[in-house]
Amino acid sequence: MAVNTGVIGKTYPPAHYAVGREKVREYAQAVGESNPLHLDVKAARAAGYDDVVAPPMFAVVYALPALWPVLFDPDVGIDFSRMVHGGQEFEWGTLVVAGDEITTTVSVADVSERAGNRFYVFTSESANGRGQTVCSGRWSNIVRGAR
Amino acid sequence: MKPGDEIPPLAVTPDRYLTVRYAGASGDFNPIHIDEQFAQQVGLPGRILHGLYTMAQVARAHTEAGGGPQSLKRLSVQFRGMGLPEQELVVTGKVRSVDGGLAVVECGCEQGGRRIIRHAEAELRLPDS
Repeated sequence: MAVNTGVIGKTYPPAHYAVGREKVREYAQAVGESNPLHLDVKAARAAGYDDVVAPPMFAVVYALPALWPVLFDPDVGIDFSRMVHGGQEFEWGTLVVAGDEITTTVSVADVSERAGNRFYVFTSESANGRGQTVCSGRWSNIVRGAR
Repeated sequence: MKPGDEIPPLAVTPDRYLTVRYAGASGDFNPIHIDEQFAQQVGLPGRILHGLYTMAQVARAHTEAGGGPQSLKRLSVQFRGMGLPEQELVVTGKVRSVDGGLAVVECGCEQGGRRIIRHAEAELRLPDS
């Protein structure tokens, strides 16, 4: 079955994520962050933030729930068993802190096929409850051809 | 920071159970990261690191060099090869240009001499001086 380029431009319903203090701390500890802004509420407040600050790559946590429907969309037709994550780009705006409610919208930016391999590019736009952009993501996945 | 400067390298050795903790922290439970038997059945040497965990180490090298989470404006990476638990990861980066309060850093991550993140580029907001 040929790759379905008809899905290019498809946008999915926004997904919401409420940022919890202990989730930020759990994530920060898993990736080895030692900056007290991510771990210690008092330190974060002393620096002028309302609560602990999410590390930039916490974008994965609030954006992934918006990505799953795309990855499993039969119109996109990804063969999960052959998928590898080829590349990733994030651009960050306002910092995310515990207590924020993040809304993420995902679109299919590109689908193509070269030499039997399929390339999928998805974009994500995440904003906080004040409408400020917190992160724009570009997710590139490769589905290797069967040999 | 000026062109040609290197950011301080970041070295970290993910322990045996790191992929399990990262799966829980991130919400990505793909079994290739947490199930040794499954990983071997699909032709991998064993459980592999999440690419986005390795990218988080590249991000951390830059936020530490830039003075905090607000310093990282953009990060773009290409994943190549596989990262493995219990082997040291080393992130390095070199400033390519500085313009308008932004530094562009060419960076990457290697493990055991293999570059598992390459063609990576970060933009760092420099503090007002």
